[in-house]
Amino acid sequence: MAKATFEVPELTQYTEVPPVTPNAMAHSAPFKSKEDFQIPLGFPGELVDDWQAKAIDKMGELLGNYRSLRVYLDSCVKCGSCTDKCHYYLGTKDPKNMPVARQDLMRKVYRRYFTLAGRFFPKLVGAEDFTKEVLDDWYSYFHQCSQCRRCSVFCPYGIDTAEISMAAREIMDSIGVGQKYCNEIIGKVYKIGNNLGLPGPALIDTLEGLEEDVYDDTGVKVRYPIDEVGAEILLVTPSADFFAEPHVDGLIGYGKVFHEAGVSWTLSSHASEAANFGMFIGSYANMHRIAQRIREAAIQLKVKRIVFGECGHAWRVAYSFLNTLAGPWDFLDPRYPVPQHICEFTYDLIQEGKLTFDKTENDDKVLTYHDSCNVARASRMGNTPGGQFEIPRAIIRATCNHFHDMDEDTIRDRTFCCGGGGGLLTDDLMELRVKGAKPRLDALNNVIQEKGVTHMAAICAICKSQFTKVLPYYGMEMDQIVSLHQLVSNAIVLTPGPDDEEDDDEPDDDLDSEEEETDEAA
Amino acid sequence: MSDTIEVDGKQFAVDEEGYLSNLNDWVPGVAGVMAAQDNLELTEEHWDIINFLREYYEEYQIAPAVRVLTKAVGKKLGKEKGNSKYLYSLFPYGPAKQACRFAGLPKPTGCV
Repeated sequence: MAKATFEVPELTQYTEVPPVTPNAMAHSAPFKSKEDFQIPLGFPGELVDDWQAKAIDKMGELLGNYRSLRVYLDSCVKCGSCTDKCHYYLGTKDPKNMPVARQDLMRKVYRRYFTLAGRFFPKLVGAEDFTKEVLDDWYSYFHQCSQCRRCSVFCPYGIDTAEISMAAREIMDSIGVGQKYCNEIIGKVYKIGNNLGLPGPALIDTLEGLEEDVYDDTGVKVRYPIDEVGAEILLVTPSADFFAEPHVDGLIGYGKVFHEAGVSWTLSSHASEAANFGMFIGSYANMHRIAQRIREAAIQLKVKRIVFGECGHAWRVAYSFLNTLAGPWDFLDPRYPVPQHICEFTYDLIQEGKLTFDKTENDDKVLTYHDSCNVARASRMGNTPGGQFEIPRAIIRATCNHFHDMDEDTIRDRTFCCGGGGGLLTDDLMELRVKGAKPRLDALNNVIQEKGVTHMAAICAICKSQFTKVLPYYGMEMDQIVSLHQLVSNAIVLTPGPDDEEDDDEPDDDLDSEEEETDEAA
Repeated sequence: MSDTIEVDGKQFAVDEEGYLSNLNDWVPGVAGVMAAQDNLELTEEHWDIINFLREYYEEYQIAPAVRVLTKAVGKKLGKEKGNSKYLYSLFPYGPAKQACRFAGLPKPTGCV
């Protein structure tokens, strides 16, 4: 593990509300985006000359587009309910990381330019000019919000700080102040097709490797197809699933589930990314453009269904917005949800008795489950309220003998963010990420101590990468975080196909048919 | 981090995260200078990884996925080394990010 250049908080049995330390995180700000990353997204390359007027215009435009934004800015009564609910406040002690204070960064500018009292008596109503100092504060503290929406669960008015953060980032982008991490990545999606910048040949090489590995492990030929025209299901999954650990173990699990379901499926090199960072930067235009790739791939590959892999915010975009962003989906099979989550897919098969598990394969682990914020608080799964909480847990119970939940105040809709969501999963924010993980890891540490938990499962690529990185800062092991479908992968009993465990003759036929299919796809 | 690094008396531009700005600038000395920044001394084991990364990048224009890398290492150096733990023991900031920097590859981006 890398050595920390800051003080790592000590874990406590309960996450205590710390005394405030003003400006404790004032130095924290991510690298700014450069012209090369700004232009492809339709943003100015650097801070524009008349930035103040342009920013206020943009704020006016957003207030007109999103009635909710105006309501959130108008309705806060300073009750204080949100103040101790943000993981970044609890981990950093900086009072500007209290959700109400974060909102106030925008609220004071809103009042100054968009309310009568603020125009005439700014001091009386806490209104302030949009100065360079205020802009710098915005850049720092709107990049200390992971848009996890935990605060909004406790706000009596339901004020959604995430939406305010998104609007703030959109305003900043529109005047040329963008964040490098998000904007460089969105550019790669446009240019290459995914966040990582994995070109088609690298994807094919990686997937062929997985087929070999699974065959070596199990003696069963499980396919990991890409760009196969006419497959029934298009799987859209975060590109980290191809690249990183433990993500790839989840991808291996999806393939095994499809194998057992007996359905044809394919990945797409064109839509080789589930993530949609357009949401993190509050840019409807970019969110729309990113989502369109999924539509194009679905049409080109003539699929009947779309299934999303384990990615938290992608599921929010998919579940809540996909129809308006990229619909109508009238060419897909109406008997299935559009889109469907891989957990729903696996859960349905379990309910139908179509999957066989050997739970003892996971007996080396005692599991707990981390609810990812965007799945927990911004979407649903299945047909019943709370399905997004129960379905992943039901899959764990079906595949593992040992499972314990963390403290009720830190799971389901009250789950704590991993500390790296909302476009903050970047090395230049490592101090924020480590400190912001404290509330989640307090609860994890408790079940480790009391219940003997050894591993935590998650269904979000960001959560998995974040925990891999931050667990060692707290004396835990990086591989204590696992993919949910990794557990499925370990326990699933595979049915051999006709050509499995037989040598020589068959594989040649396989190769021929694969080539034909690839030609067709091209 | 400064905007240039000096290698064998020559200046090379790097970005704010310490990655080479121009990938074609890379010479073996770059890896040594970057390792020194991170208080690491490069051994033959490090070079095995760095060389593999460069070869893979030349073919695929991207760093290898972690599983591709561990598999290749396992084949070449023995199964007990074909895992992430071994790679992290060499590159404590992670094989994808730190080793790529030393090898002159762009930083892998995204949810990794």
